[in-house]
Amino acid sequence: MTSQNTLSQLDALEAEAIHIVREVVAQMERPALLFSGGKDSIVLLHIALKAFAPARLPMPVVHIDTGHNFPEVLDYRDRIVEQYDLQLVVGSVQAAIDKGTVREEPNGSRNRIQTPVLLETIESNRFDACMGGARRDEEKARAKERVFSFRDEFGQWDPRNQRPELWSLYNGRVHQGESIRVFPLSNWTELDIWDYVASREIEVPSIYLAHERDVFHRGGMWMAANEFCQPREDEMIERRTVRYRTVGDATLTAAVLSDADTVDKIIAETAATRLTERGATRGDDRVSEAAMEDRKKEGYF
Amino acid sequence: MDLLRFATAGSVDDGKSTLIGRLLYDSKSIFEDQLESVEAASKARGTEYTDLALLTDGLRAEREQGITIDVAYRYFATPRRKFIIADTPGHQQYTRNMVTGASTADLAIILVDARKGMTEQSRRHATIASLLRVPHLVLAVNKMDLVGWDEAVFNDIYEEFSQFASKLDVPDLTAIPLSALLGDNVVDRSVNMPWYDGASLMHHLEHVHIASDRNLQDVRFPVQYVIRPMRNDVHDYRGFAGQVASGILKVGDEVMALPSGMTSKIAAIDGPSGPLETAQPPQSVTVRLEDEIDVSRGDILCRVGNHPEPTQDVDATICWMDAEPLVVGKKYGILHTTRMARAMVKDIAYELDVNTLHRDPDATQLGLNSLGRIKLRVTSPLLVDDYADNRATGSFILIDESANRTVGAGVIRHS
Repeated sequence: MTSQNTLSQLDALEAEAIHIVREVVAQMERPALLFSGGKDSIVLLHIALKAFAPARLPMPVVHIDTGHNFPEVLDYRDRIVEQYDLQLVVGSVQAAIDKGTVREEPNGSRNRIQTPVLLETIESNRFDACMGGARRDEEKARAKERVFSFRDEFGQWDPRNQRPELWSLYNGRVHQGESIRVFPLSNWTELDIWDYVASREIEVPSIYLAHERDVFHRGGMWMAANEFCQPREDEMIERRTVRYRTVGDATLTAAVLSDADTVDKIIAETAATRLTERGATRGDDRVSEAAMEDRKKEGYF
Repeated sequence: MDLLRFATAGSVDDGKSTLIGRLLYDSKSIFEDQLESVEAASKARGTEYTDLALLTDGLRAEREQGITIDVAYRYFATPRRKFIIADTPGHQQYTRNMVTGASTADLAIILVDARKGMTEQSRRHATIASLLRVPHLVLAVNKMDLVGWDEAVFNDIYEEFSQFASKLDVPDLTAIPLSALLGDNVVDRSVNMPWYDGASLMHHLEHVHIASDRNLQDVRFPVQYVIRPMRNDVHDYRGFAGQVASGILKVGDEVMALPSGMTSKIAAIDGPSGPLETAQPPQSVTVRLEDEIDVSRGDILCRVGNHPEPTQDVDATICWMDAEPLVVGKKYGILHTTRMARAMVKDIAYELDVNTLHRDPDATQLGLNSLGRIKLRVTSPLLVDDYADNRATGSFILIDESANRTVGAGVIRHS
């Protein structure tokens, strides 16, 4: 708390997020928390745990598993599930491909086909609310999304027909089959996330911290060479010190060159960076000017 | 570092997007890839200059039509403060969006074009800011470069605005002459207007005193959720989770639960990082009481000698947000703090013309984006305060019960 007796920005954002998470559990019948092992969903999970302590988290955590994972992230997920005695629901993209309900894009990307798997997981578990760690500062379409964001029975978002959202009064009413996506970290920035990770001493997967890795340069981004992603003939593998700013599908999430091997160094780097995290590292947002809006309308995270 | 939420009202023509673009740019909150994508998009549609409005107008429909449809939230920080901007479109058909942005704002910036002076639009923006009790108002007289940096032009607009504001409830008004395009008085003081001895807009945003805007007198703790772990090691734990709406809660204080009227003492306050001695707005905490009294979601903890009045008759000014008009006799869902009930519209006292403040007592319905004074009868008593005393316990939303849409926002006039 500062000398003027107001809450610090982190305390205020935390208080707002806890209030939102509690509204979800109080208003909705079958909520779930979407957990990817990325930094935003990690912070969201910590906030949700605080919101109901000393009780257990009163909802399952859901991982939509593309099958293209960084092993460090899967390992982290499993440790966290064990540590907090969480109920884990996995929606598997690989299983859906095997069943033939979705098909990989020709370039091997599974980004877009996560959406039907997510919607199927929501439907089969009859979730009426899914909380996610998305932030409004990430992307311009997200800048206009509500905290309680209504989805119709097809899981679609209609940006032109959103419920007005005033004060801290959230309308979570839905009919059967409809649902709400909830974004308690809407008002956080990337820097707030890292400040929070540092001040609350939260552990993050090791790939966020600088480490040596075999990478190659593609489309202005540094991609890791691994079982999912191999360089083409004209691309050269190099050993570089890198870290990840976002964690997504291993085939299209790029690393950034960085020596930041502690959270404090990440904070210093984030404060000075001139590129957004998605612009720097996410092939999935580069498809078109409104790539995110288009995917969100279909039901994406 | 604390947090200031502000709303901006004005149209693209007033230079609002340019102003926001400049605040973001000068605080290094615009990233190179964002700027490149805006430059590419501007070029693609044949605009000669980089259209900073494209930074905030993210939806396809907005880009296609060149207008702002919805409230956009933007973030920037300086070493002193973190800022959340609710960027709201200016036209009358988007009144509901400005109401939305103003509902959580500590401060509102009303942009006026120095060449045009006060317009119907600026009067509407002032009226809405006042109705929503935004504690601090900034009149930003923009495009001073186009009127030769003339002090008299600024003074006339300030004078006219102040006269209009005096008919409203505006606690704190600051007027700043500026040029968003050239940067005068945005971050740095203008050298072109030596006659102005006030602060730049950024300086004002960084220093305006907001700590005393919170109500620390009247204890109001709406209960959101009851935490009962039902686990062996903590099987006696029973905590009331909520966000402090106003007042200061202290361990040992006597509190009363409404509507039951039963009293107890605060045994403990659990905060997100451990036990606390006190809690104040807007902290989210869990309160434990010494006695097992009946408290559930929708109840309010307050002091014995200072509590909201339970009432089924609510007098309110409403902003209507739905295409289907509000009519007398219709029933809606009502969400007030954490309590959901049903309400019937008993009367429309008048419709308020937001441009002239004229009251039309003959109104029989309130359409999309209109404001009016109404009376509601609620199925179960609400624990209300006047909105002027308490934003949290003085506000509510109305919900269409068949479509589940949020259709109206109300501020309670109780006294």
